[in-house]
Order: sequence, then C-alpha cells, then structure tokens
Amino acid sequence: MDSGLSPQDKKDLDKFIKFFALKTVQVIVQARLGEKICTRSSSSPTGSDWFNLAIKDIPEVTHEAKRALAGQLPGIGRSMCVEISLKTSEGDSMELETWCLEMNEKCDKDIKVSYTVYNRLSVLLKSLLAITRVTPAYKLSRKQGHDYVILYRIYFGEVQLSGLGEGFQTVRVGVVGTPVGTVTLSCAYRTNLAFMSNRQFERSAPIMGIIVDHFVDPPYSSHRPANMGQPCNYRPPDEEDGGAFVGVQDSQEVCTTSFSTSPPSQMMHGGKEGGVVLVPAHPVHGADAHLTFEYEYLNLYEFNLPVSPSSGDDDSLSHSGDGRRDEGRRSASPSDPVEALNAFTRKIGAFVNKPSTQITAASLDLPFAAFAPRGLDSEENDPMVQPPDSPPCPSPLQASLHSQGSEGSGPQDDFVMVDFRPAFSKDDLLPMDLGTFYREFQNPPQLASLSLHISSQSMADDLDSLPEKLAVYEKNIDEFDAFVDMLQ
Amino acid sequence: MNCRSEVLEVTVEARQVEEAMLALLHTILLHRSTGKFHYKKEGTYSIGTVGTLDIDCDFIDFTFVRVSSEELDRVIRKAVSEFKDALSNSGSDGMGQISLEFYQKKKSRWPFSDECIPWEVWSIKVNVVNLANEQERQICREKVGEKLGEKVINVVEVINRHEYLPKMPTQSEVDNVFDTSLKDVQPYLYKITFQITDSLGTSVSTTMRRLIKDTLAL
Repeated sequence: MDSGLSPQDKKDLDKFIKFFALKTVQVIVQARLGEKICTRSSSSPTGSDWFNLAIKDIPEVTHEAKRALAGQLPGIGRSMCVEISLKTSEGDSMELETWCLEMNEKCDKDIKVSYTVYNRLSVLLKSLLAITRVTPAYKLSRKQGHDYVILYRIYFGEVQLSGLGEGFQTVRVGVVGTPVGTVTLSCAYRTNLAFMSNRQFERSAPIMGIIVDHFVDPPYSSHRPANMGQPCNYRPPDEEDGGAFVGVQDSQEVCTTSFSTSPPSQMMHGGKEGGVVLVPAHPVHGADAHLTFEYEYLNLYEFNLPVSPSSGDDDSLSHSGDGRRDEGRRSASPSDPVEALNAFTRKIGAFVNKPSTQITAASLDLPFAAFAPRGLDSEENDPMVQPPDSPPCPSPLQASLHSQGSEGSGPQDDFVMVDFRPAFSKDDLLPMDLGTFYREFQNPPQLASLSLHISSQSMADDLDSLPEKLAVYEKNIDEFDAFVDMLQ
Repeated sequence: MNCRSEVLEVTVEARQVEEAMLALLHTILLHRSTGKFHYKKEGTYSIGTVGTLDIDCDFIDFTFVRVSSEELDRVIRKAVSEFKDALSNSGSDGMGQISLEFYQKKKSRWPFSDECIPWEVWSIKVNVVNLANEQERQICREKVGEKLGEKVINVVEVINRHEYLPKMPTQSEVDNVFDTSLKDVQPYLYKITFQITDSLGTSVSTTMRRLIKDTLAL
C-alpha cells in the first residue's frame, strides 16, 4: 500500500529495491566464481557505488538479472531467486543452494525510506557478503574447475526448493522493513551432497578421463555463445570485447549518495540522482546473446590442463561427490598389486592418456597417497579410461611398471602399494621398502644355536656326563702335556 | 538506553586463536563500519564507499570477509595478537575472553570527562585445547571452520534485528559516534579489551585493558 508514501519516496524505494536485487545477484554470483573477491574502499563517493559498498558489476550477470526481472520488482508473491548448482564434467548436475529475495506484506510505515531503508539495505548486503562465504557451496566453488563447474540461474516468481534434496537447511540473511513490505533475504542449501544415485558411479575415475572438450558442445544449444563461460579470473569488459561496453556504469543509474542530517522534510538529494535514463542494455556480443540458455557457465577453464596439483584433485573429488567416490571405492580391490597400483594412479593422476612420467609425478605429489583408494576393476573395461589401441599392456603406466618392477629401482617402485608407506623411503639393493624391513626386523628368525633341536641335552645331562669326561681326560693327561709343550 | 550484549563461544587450538578472533571481529566490524562521511554545506553529507576483501585462514577451513582497510586490519591484528600472547603466557588452562564494545561519547561539562556509553558489546569466549596428533588437528580445522560459520550466522542474525543504532550525527558530533581516525573507512567508536581466566575459573585474575581509541582525555 502506498498510502502515506510520497511519490518521491516511492520512486526512491523502487529504485533501492531494484538495485538491491541487482547487487544481491552480483554478490552471490561473484562469491561462486571460485576466487577471492577484493574491492577497494574509497573515501570519496562515486555515483555508481550503490549502498556505499564497492561491489563490481559483471555485465553478463546484470544482464541476466534484468532479463529475469523483466522490468518488475521483487514483490509480494514475486520472489527473485538465484539458484546455484554444480555440474560435473560428465554432465551430471545438482542444485546446491537457492538464494531468495522475497517481499512479504508486513509494512513499516514509519520508516524513512531514503535514509534508514537505504542504510539497512546496505547492512543486509554486507551480511550477504559474509554469509555467502559460510554456506557449503562456497568451498565447493573455490575448488571448481577440473571436475566440475558452478552454475547460476536467476528466476523470478515462485521459489522452487525441490531440487535441493531432503533435509536442506535454511539460513536467513536478514530482513529490512519498508513502507510497502518487508524485504527478506534467505538461502536454502543442500546438506545431502551424495551425488545422484541413479548413475553408475563405480566409474568414478572417468571424471579424470573424460574427453576434455566436453564444454565445446553445450548441452542446451547447438552453438556456444561467445560470452558463455566466464574465465576464472574475470576480465573487465574493456579487455574482452574492445569497448562494446561503456564500462560498469553502462546501464546503471547513479545512486543517491547524499544524505541529510536535517529533518526529513528538508532532505535533499545530490543533484546527480533521479531522472537518469536507463541505457538499454545490449547483449555482450551482438547476435550471440545467450538468452535462450537457462544456465550460464561461470567458469570455463582451458582444458589442456597441466597435471593438476593432486591435492586439489583429491579435495575436489571429495567435495564434488563423496557419495560417488565412496561407491567407486566399494568395488572389490584387485588382487594383483600392480593392477591395484595402476588403477590407483589412474584415479589420482590427471588424464590417463598422458605419458606415464606425468602421471607418476602427479602421484608422487599426493599427500597421504597410501590412504587413497584401491583401484577399480571396472576401469579396465572403460573405453574412456583404457585406450583401445594398446592390447599387450592395458596402459602405458602398467607397461612401465612391469618393466621396472623387476629391476627393483627407479621412481616407479615408490608406487608399490603397501599399507604403510613411510616418507622418504628409498629402495637400495633389496627390492624392499622400509615398512617391510621394519616388520622383518621386528620378527627376526631365531638364532640357529638357540634352537632346541640342536642342543637336545639339558643341563642336568651335561652335569651327569662330566665325571666320565674327567676320567677320560685324566687317562690321556700325558698327551695333553706333550701338546702344551709343543705349543710353547 | 540498554546496552546490547552478545556472547560468542569458540573452542580452538592454540594456533587457531588469532584467525578465529580476526574472523569474528572483522565480521562484526564489517557491519559496523561505513564509508567516510563528507559533510557539505546545508546540512547534507555524503558517504564514501567501503570495499571488502576475502581472507582465507591458514589454520582453519574458513574464509571471512573484512573491510578493505589496512589501517583497521592493523589495529585489530595488534589487539588480537596481544590477546593471544596473554592467553599463551598466562599459564592458565587456556580460557579467555576478548570483547569488542561499541560506544558513544557524551560530552560532559567541565570538570567532568566525557562519558563513554556502550550500546553494543560482543564478547568472544575462547577455550584453547591441545591436540595430540595430526589427524585430530585436521578434524579440528574443519570443525572450527564450521563453528565459525555458525558464529557468523549468529552475528548476522543479531545485527539484522536492526535494534538500537546511534543516530547519524551532525558534523560537530561525528567524533562522538564514529571513529574518524582512519582514512578510508569509518567504524562506529569501538574499543577492544580482553581478560584471561585463571585456572581456578574465577572471572578475572588479570585484567588488561587496552584502549584503542583515546576516550578518557581530559
């Protein structure tokens, strides 16, 4: 209800809510880009820093948000939602969280719009900055890239939480009362990160072995728009498209930055605000607008990846689907240790088609490599993992292992899978590692002279036989004397 | 006016004390800082812009957001460092409390000094534990990260109740409400104090008061 609200206040309020919605989307999407955000404080206000916060505007995101809003504002029954989901390189996807900007009917008529509401919206944005680093999807998004990417989708209307699985949690970021309703910002996030169980996840290694050009053919369209896939380090528009954008302030109205310390009736706004015509936003690259897509890829990495730091792989695997990985591990361990090793290194190494030295290097870098899972039988049959054109040895790695195992030296011997693999263990002449040595050392075979079956006589028998021996020696005493004389 | 008081409790390892305290104090200060005020004639003022920075913790699986101001960060780090040193030197069983108090100054007539009236106090109780092996430490990293996340949610919840805040001051009064000594941001007037609990569990055996902002100048 607008009764009691002056036209200027109403106009201001609408503008605040609109830009609050746009900034909310920016904060959420930027928090899921996978990198740390850094903006500078400035003591001199500029016209484009809404809510006195330095929040960059990624043009594609603004464009997408405006498209979803379609000229409307979040209102009662019309919520703006940002859905964050994860998509693996296999093509599986899972919703992680949904951020909802809603309005309810509870009005606060007495609140001052262009002062209190504005400041409270600013505090709410700060809270959003803090909370976006706390939900589980943040850690996932920081590790995205090799195995999965994080996507966002903006929609307007009814909130849809069914994709979050059972037991999702909700955290309320905050509320701001306004004369037309109460703005509420909240996040519902998935807690059950077990991946979709209707896929065969025994083949967990294919995450690594997948063809790297997966993202060239996007799932939703025949051609990939030019702006699809923000690079990991977001480049400002002037580098990307050579000036198609006039910069961040392209389609942004100048925000009110002047406040008054005098009573509301004398409130003045800086001469900058109001009446600025919205520059119509145009698509980033002309005809290649991505508007037909529901999802926009936030990160697209160059997929000629170097062998990744394995700790990152480990972590990303563990985060991207604990359930999936566990299912993979539950398959029977191969009895052949070389096979186990082969499967093991395949899983952890980057891409199985790479030369063996690269894979071994990756495996060497693994922390706690001994605790990594054993191999998978089914990997042997997976055409993605096993190149079909190497019949004698299933993999170059296995070939090298066979050849070098007999020599008992070389870096690959460090891969001999044993339960205990102490650091810095090195093979010398014996084809044995420190762990085996310790075990043998602690259980040495008994000395032959101490074994019972050789000295069968007991001490009592020895004592009994002494007198006989003495008698014999006394009889031969002359021989002993002659012997001693000979020695002297 | 009643002073709002909030208590947060965390249990951390010794090496995590600093980062945990920084995370919570900076999260609170992020919400309690604005851009610099620039007063113009005719009773209007404009507000500068506050930037933000993501900080990854080294000993905790956690990332927090702080205000992009090196000056403010230095001040907070110094206070936290003193707290950490006091905690480790005290010989107690590792319990202490650091408090962040927001206050307003109320000018009094001579010969009385200005009054400092707190309007919000955040107390962070710390319990330091020792862990035996690396596996426990790894678990602790994650657990403390989750706990800090919960504390951040608590902080945000309290702040978003939008309870009492000092009203925006005129130019002559701004130093009674805000700390204007920093050049890029302007937090509300605050001070950080801490106390270490001795092993008998009594509330104060040593109390050290560190005044970050000079409030008692006559």
